[in-house]
Amino acid sequence: MLSKKTRQTLLGPLSRNNPVIVQILGICSALAVTAKLEPAFVMAVSVTAVLAFANVIISLLRNTIPNSIRIIVQLVVVAALVIIVDQILKAYAYDVSKQLSVFVGLIITNCILMGRLEAFALGHGPWESFLDGVGNGIGYGMILVIVAFFRELLGSGTLFGYQVIPQIFYDWGYENNGLMILPPMALITVACIIWVHRSRNKDLQEK
Amino acid sequence: MNKQSNTYTILYAAVMVILVAAVLAVTSLGLKGRQTRNVEIDKMKQILSSVHVAATAADAQELYRKYIIDSFVLDSKGERTAGADAFTVDVAVQTKLPADERELPVFVCRLDNGEQKYILPLYGAGLWGPIWGYLALDADGNTVYGAYFAHQGETPGLGAEIEKAPFSDQFRDKRLFIAGDFTSIAVEKKGQKPSNGADYVDAISGGTITSKGVQAMLANSLAPYTVFLKSLQ
Repeated sequence: MLSKKTRQTLLGPLSRNNPVIVQILGICSALAVTAKLEPAFVMAVSVTAVLAFANVIISLLRNTIPNSIRIIVQLVVVAALVIIVDQILKAYAYDVSKQLSVFVGLIITNCILMGRLEAFALGHGPWESFLDGVGNGIGYGMILVIVAFFRELLGSGTLFGYQVIPQIFYDWGYENNGLMILPPMALITVACIIWVHRSRNKDLQEK
Repeated sequence: MNKQSNTYTILYAAVMVILVAAVLAVTSLGLKGRQTRNVEIDKMKQILSSVHVAATAADAQELYRKYIIDSFVLDSKGERTAGADAFTVDVAVQTKLPADERELPVFVCRLDNGEQKYILPLYGAGLWGPIWGYLALDADGNTVYGAYFAHQGETPGLGAEIEKAPFSDQFRDKRLFIAGDFTSIAVEKKGQKPSNGADYVDAISGGTITSKGVQAMLANSLAPYTVFLKSLQ
């Protein structure tokens, strides 16, 4: 269905070009919203939507944008999309939007967005840019969800808010690891993922 | 037209800003109704949780109508203000005014067992941002029946623990008045006691500033109610 090049655009960011674990972008929000799966998942969907649409819009406008205000135009497009996402969450997913609080607004400053707009959308057509946005969004979201899975499971004993560690474990003396809830453990979990990833992709290892 | 010229750049920016503003205005207006309702439902849930009624977004309005039988606004002399709606009073603004100029909302709740509770809103400052809550008092206007606390951005695992039951459940049966004087409820480091003999609860380890914020919030938000609460005793 997709040619080799477009497939690379879509799937590359999932592993070999992953924005979080290879390019180390967007770490701030990866730390902040991954204590529970639900906000991490909503954040992943929000970033993917904003990134895909921003990429398409910038790509459509790429031949009209004056070079001197290029970054401003990108920021305005991203900011407008983020505000729309924020408003929609407030209207249709109020509880989640309360949990995400400022972090939805901070999607604007997520380096992945500006990076993709500047590096990809300005030089490629809308369809490719859309795939690139979706690919990078999913690559980012995937890491968020993996980190949140471990943090919620080990930190709260739940997944998506449902108790998965049976009560009998607690009766035997098992304790939730409170440290997993705190931001430092997100960093350590991301580091573990990077470790596993690099050990499987030896050419990514720095000499 | 030269795309790098100043005229083109300024025109481009102007058109872009107007377009974006129009899109955002339409979105905001279109979703306003739902958002306001969400905020109201959330407030109802908070008020209800101070009397240990767990509501969901779906049944909050229904439960609120069932349990909250009356609400009114007082001035600092304990007189009811006619025509004021307690639900829409912005407590955040009121707690910053001098005590004798505040509008003081009171929600009256009747539980399934017929007991009447008075629910008073709280608002103050934590470490990183605002904290707020609701305190439910027994009909004697002195003994605490339940408390609900929330925060905007306190540190998870530390200050943010104020919103959890182990902290708020401590408030049950504490008294606001000792020997007829308003003493509020102190939040003290474990093992310490307030010097004025007031009732106290344990603070949160590692959440000292948030705990002190809760103590200050209780004293500041509740003191203006003194006249009203004494009239109940």
